[in-house]
Amino acid sequence: MSSADAADVFHLDGHDVPFTTGETVLAATSRAGRYIPHLCWHPDFAPHGSCRVCTVRVGARLVPACTLPAATGLVVESDTAELRHLRLRLLQLLFVEGNHFCPSCEKSGDCQLQATAYAVDMTGPHFEEFYPARPVDASHPDILLDLNRCILCSLCVRASREVDGKSVFALGGHGIDTHLLIDSPSGRLVDTDFAPTDRAASICPVGVILPKRRGFAVPIGERRFDQQPISAAEEGDP
Amino acid sequence: MNPSASLKLPDGRRRLRLATTSLAGCFGCHMSFLDIDERLLMLIERVDFDRSPFTDFKKIGHCDIGLVEGGLCSVENVQVLREFRAHCRTLVAVGACAINGGLPAQRNHLDLGQILAEVYRERPGLAPGSAVPDDPELPLLLNRVHPIHEVVQVDYFLPGCPPSADAIWSFLNDLMDGRTPHLGHGLIRYD
Repeated sequence: MSSADAADVFHLDGHDVPFTTGETVLAATSRAGRYIPHLCWHPDFAPHGSCRVCTVRVGARLVPACTLPAATGLVVESDTAELRHLRLRLLQLLFVEGNHFCPSCEKSGDCQLQATAYAVDMTGPHFEEFYPARPVDASHPDILLDLNRCILCSLCVRASREVDGKSVFALGGHGIDTHLLIDSPSGRLVDTDFAPTDRAASICPVGVILPKRRGFAVPIGERRFDQQPISAAEEGDP
Repeated sequence: MNPSASLKLPDGRRRLRLATTSLAGCFGCHMSFLDIDERLLMLIERVDFDRSPFTDFKKIGHCDIGLVEGGLCSVENVQVLREFRAHCRTLVAVGACAINGGLPAQRNHLDLGQILAEVYRERPGLAPGSAVPDDPELPLLLNRVHPIHEVVQVDYFLPGCPPSADAIWSFLNDLMDGRTPHLGHGLIRYD
């Protein structure tokens, strides 16, 4: 590599993607306007690397693009039959693990889980449904928490801790019992200092953290990911 | 439907037989099917309807395509589904309820006996002596509502609540023309 410019490019599915020092493959790809499906990554926060939906192939290795540091000349494969199938199965597992009833969800059409499933042509769940019994926390006067839809991306955990300085949320438990915790003596949202203006109140990529008294302000069919596929949508909060 | 109808289309292709049913669903998917409107006339150029609410046939014959709306909430649902699977070359789960249980499955974290007791015995305003219906004609309920792929092999899923008429039309045309159905953005919808 003789020129500085040539040193700042990696290859994604045959396209050159420029990056800056310290950037990850997913961050650079997103900034370049290209799409690698992802759920737990957000441009404003440090990567978590947990959902694995952004998994790409680099040589013999499968690695999440959100934690993979971009490097000169790196050859990254993302849009391949193998990885499309892997992402489909990951999304199907996420769907059957929770209770995702899109027709009755206020987030439908603005939901990144749903839009990402559309993007990988997921038509059915493939696996058996878990139908877990998860409570709804409607204790807070302004915010509804419907944990049936939680995909454990931890974006609310990171937003509350890093932006709001409150640490209202945490992930607890292990394996299939991993769940979202509320940091209050009662375990209920009303007993925290959570506010609807918090960054964590607007970060949820699915329909867990929802403002009360607002429903169907935008009709089904005219929402963000109804208008255009997630691969073409702006990165960031719904 | 019409025994005298030719088994062949003018271009030499065989006419197809299509069956539809609604299990634990609301018939919304069937209504959406009817929303293909005048395209129904194009459809019946190519297919004959077998068992379906559109024909009111009680028994299913050998079919090329079976469209199943709704999930499984009773033993009768399971029996009808198994008959459809045994008689249809291609079986399609149509709509949210057939695919993941949908709205009826939202009872799955509750105890069935408790639900029946609360609805038929303990609700305010019931007549004295009200009891859970137990007529032997009534199909027994399953403890949990299941999507149909948990009981039989499903060949294709057509999501939506309901799938739009355009999605149903696109899907059926793909199937009738021998293509793997593909909906794409705008037609693939879960809501």
